[in-house]
Amino acid sequence: MERVKLKSMLEQNVRSCRMCHARVTTAFVLVVIALIVYSGPSSAAQAQSPLTNAIGAVQPKMVKLYGAGGISGLEAYQSAFLISADGHILTVWSYVLDTDYLTAVLGDGRKYEAKLVGADPRLELAVLKIEETDLPHFKLAESPPAAKGSRVLAFSNLFNVATGDEPASVQHGILSVKTQLDARRGVFETPYRGPVYVLDAVTNNPGAAGGALTNYRGELVGMLGKELRNSLNNTWLNYAIPIDQLTGIVDDIQAGKVTAQAVKAKSQRRRVNVAQYGIVLVPDVLERTPPFIEQVRTGSAADKAGLKPDDLVVFVGPQVVKSSRSLLDELAHAQDGAPVKLVVMRGQELVEVSLDAPEVELLEPEAREDAERE
Amino acid sequence: MTIDLLKQRPTLCATGPAGSRLALLAILAFAIVLQSVPVSAAVDPAVAKAEADRVTVVEKASSATVAIFAPGGQGGGSGVVISADGYALSNYHVTSACGKAMKCGMSNGELYDAVIVGIDPTGDVALIKLLGRDDFPFAEMADSDQVRVGDGCFTIGNPFLLATDFKPTVAFGVVSGVHRYQYPDGTLLEYADCIQADAAINPGNSGGPMFDAQGRVIGINGRGSFEKRGRVNVGVGYAISINQIKNFLGHLKSGRVVDHATLGARLSSDQNRRPIVDEILDDVDVFRRGLEYGDEIISFAGRPITTVNAFKNVLGIFPKGWRVPLVYRRDDQVHEIYVRLRGVHREAELIARAAGGAKPPEGRPKREPKPGEPKQPKPGQPKPNDPPPDGPEKPPMPLPGGPAKEESPLPEIVKKHFVERPGYINYFFNQLNQDRVWKAFTARGDYSPLAGNWTVQGELLAGGDFQIELSDQASMISLPGGRAMVGMAGDLADSLDPPGSGGLLVTLGLWRRMLAGGPTKFGDVYYLGTAPLVGREGLFDVLMATHNSVESQLYFDPASGQLVAWEMFADTELDPCELFLSDYREVEGRMFPFHVEVRYGDGVYQVLQINKYAFAKPQPAEGS
Repeated sequence: MERVKLKSMLEQNVRSCRMCHARVTTAFVLVVIALIVYSGPSSAAQAQSPLTNAIGAVQPKMVKLYGAGGISGLEAYQSAFLISADGHILTVWSYVLDTDYLTAVLGDGRKYEAKLVGADPRLELAVLKIEETDLPHFKLAESPPAAKGSRVLAFSNLFNVATGDEPASVQHGILSVKTQLDARRGVFETPYRGPVYVLDAVTNNPGAAGGALTNYRGELVGMLGKELRNSLNNTWLNYAIPIDQLTGIVDDIQAGKVTAQAVKAKSQRRRVNVAQYGIVLVPDVLERTPPFIEQVRTGSAADKAGLKPDDLVVFVGPQVVKSSRSLLDELAHAQDGAPVKLVVMRGQELVEVSLDAPEVELLEPEAREDAERE
Repeated sequence: MTIDLLKQRPTLCATGPAGSRLALLAILAFAIVLQSVPVSAAVDPAVAKAEADRVTVVEKASSATVAIFAPGGQGGGSGVVISADGYALSNYHVTSACGKAMKCGMSNGELYDAVIVGIDPTGDVALIKLLGRDDFPFAEMADSDQVRVGDGCFTIGNPFLLATDFKPTVAFGVVSGVHRYQYPDGTLLEYADCIQADAAINPGNSGGPMFDAQGRVIGINGRGSFEKRGRVNVGVGYAISINQIKNFLGHLKSGRVVDHATLGARLSSDQNRRPIVDEILDDVDVFRRGLEYGDEIISFAGRPITTVNAFKNVLGIFPKGWRVPLVYRRDDQVHEIYVRLRGVHREAELIARAAGGAKPPEGRPKREPKPGEPKQPKPGQPKPNDPPPDGPEKPPMPLPGGPAKEESPLPEIVKKHFVERPGYINYFFNQLNQDRVWKAFTARGDYSPLAGNWTVQGELLAGGDFQIELSDQASMISLPGGRAMVGMAGDLADSLDPPGSGGLLVTLGLWRRMLAGGPTKFGDVYYLGTAPLVGREGLFDVLMATHNSVESQLYFDPASGQLVAWEMFADTELDPCELFLSDYREVEGRMFPFHVEVRYGDGVYQVLQINKYAFAKPQPAEGS
């Protein structure tokens, strides 16, 4: 009967949709997918029990973290989850971890001092450890991929709703799409460049970063990212980083191959400025100072590439550069050691050049913070 | 949901811009695919049934949901009808913007007048009554303690006051957390033991119902966590649990401002995270029952207590004055006591605050300090949890008897259901319930002819005979140990004989006074609401009766109408004398108890096994 109804609707569509827009089709496709997805559990009541069990299995693996913050709108808490029986905890790298007094509270209310084992600020992840054994945990290696359109659960201590032995908050949603975050550089302020699961639920709230994204069977599929706002249209992105993006580095950290110090150094080295390429820009005095080159130091990478004074930089890689500030930002995101392609306007002509990456010295932490505050 | 989407498609197409051939092809391709696959693969009949069931549940739930509009259109929210005669629940912060009367739109497109019945400002709950029908569609209330994280739920209401045609908005979600605690704003709007869900709760949803998947009310929406994204849902909303509201429902029907409870003791976590008594007042019931500094709380009102938050959750669901069991551990000994909870506010203070009166100098601390607890956000930073969506900053409720505010005249039907009296939100409903309780009690006989002296004889369970003489002037008892007598005219609070009874003679004298004279002649009598009794199932209707300087609480069994307990408080800092009245039998056409247990403090004073009542003819009043 259902089929007949669908069919008649389809025919109606075909008749009346001569002028139909593709968007409508997409909606229809989604509806059909939804119907297929829905066809698992036969009723809401029957679906409850396994879901409750899945949630019950995840909750003891969740961790509430308390650390630095608590001033000027920065929450002093975030979420995390256990990834080994011996107390390894995976979370998002953030200012909250920037303290010697990091507290981890387990699902049953047990409280521990957590130590930073290692971190990768580029992937925005950190591995912590507490001294305990026989802990319930997620096995990262067994994390399944999650398909577009699949139903997911987000576990986190958003808004620090839960304290002590109170379980993490659970939200439900649909995995809207798996996409690349770096396509939107200059829009989303995050160092993470890679695939993300975009979610249709408001999961990325204060304190939710580091939370677990699971499927409806309670299997870990992603780690909730930080709050991320699109600076162009002020909308907020709700996303999680797929676990397969994290497993390699997490293994390295757990194996002791990556230490917290090495990672910090790596993150600092990334901060490159134009001077290191041998470029001197015109003074940045306007809200959007055009990135004109004032001088090129002899023998520098810029010199070798053939850049000239009065060149106006218009592209870094595929990104349009609108101001000195955005040029600095784009260069700062350039990959270590890789050449950078620039397009400059020289007179009426567009010239493409390739800059070799400069050998850069480490910035002192203070200088780095200044640079980040620009 | 999906079916609805499909139904809307032709409209979408008609208004859609010129599209691509690809789209058409895609549709054709789908049509072919669907035609070629077996029926079962297209839509599982179970899915279709689940779909149909859900539509039915939502339809039924929608029919009980109301869109509340303040007179003059300045604000509003949502509500839900819980009985066929039109009682409906909402938030205090919604009705406070409405005053005495409000307009309620239902999904059938009809607009009804409604009147305020009672408010609970601390719990952010209001009871209103829709008028004009006795067959309103209403929603069943679930047992919200059975709600589990991950359960499907949906909210229905009037977000952003969209429901101008009174058709409410429905949003699905899952339960994100149960037994959540959300801090109050000062002492008001505390969300204890609430339900957290990711179903959308937006401004205007306040006061509206949260349903379980079967369409039963599990809570009343009223609050959300917001932050930098503005006052729109971010997947974190809170509903006051319906079980809490059930505890308060009787009180709300009394037409009063209802208060929440405190223990009179403060807990903190020790180094092992156990909740320990940190501070205790010396003039409260829990102190008299023996709780001391350093005791570990194990369970409260039947719920295990492992954290301070869990304790506050349980405390937050009870009205002032209720008696609940408390289990504590001291030196490896476990003790169980029954504790009478005191109010959070003084009566006048609460009424003033509900009326939007001057703010008290200081509310309770936002968070009780817990040694060794993880660092908390310091004050000064934006609060993670804003006040409820529609904000308590709405104009204060114009309380009856408060400063006269110009108001639009009340509709006729509201006037018939509203009585102004200082100290009450709507005295009409207090009178209604007083009358109901008294009528049920006197249904088996009118006690008013018994204005003469009463003689009661019988045996004590402990052995020996007793005789009691009760008159307008005095009460007297003869016990095997001797006689005691108190005058009923002097200060009754000073006449607590016989010793150790807490004032048995005064209590018996007042009992006779109430039966023979009725509530109107007794003194100041009002309907308090409903409360439990130690050792008895269910809730009992309670009348509060003040005569002379003593206050009495009378408990009536709602099923039989019988007076089952009388508690006489000579002083708020003293234990009451309690009579438990049972074994009612007929005496000269009226029902009288033949078994009376007299309790005081922690023990039983005497058990009176009555075998004879004798009533003298009323004497003509002397000198008048």
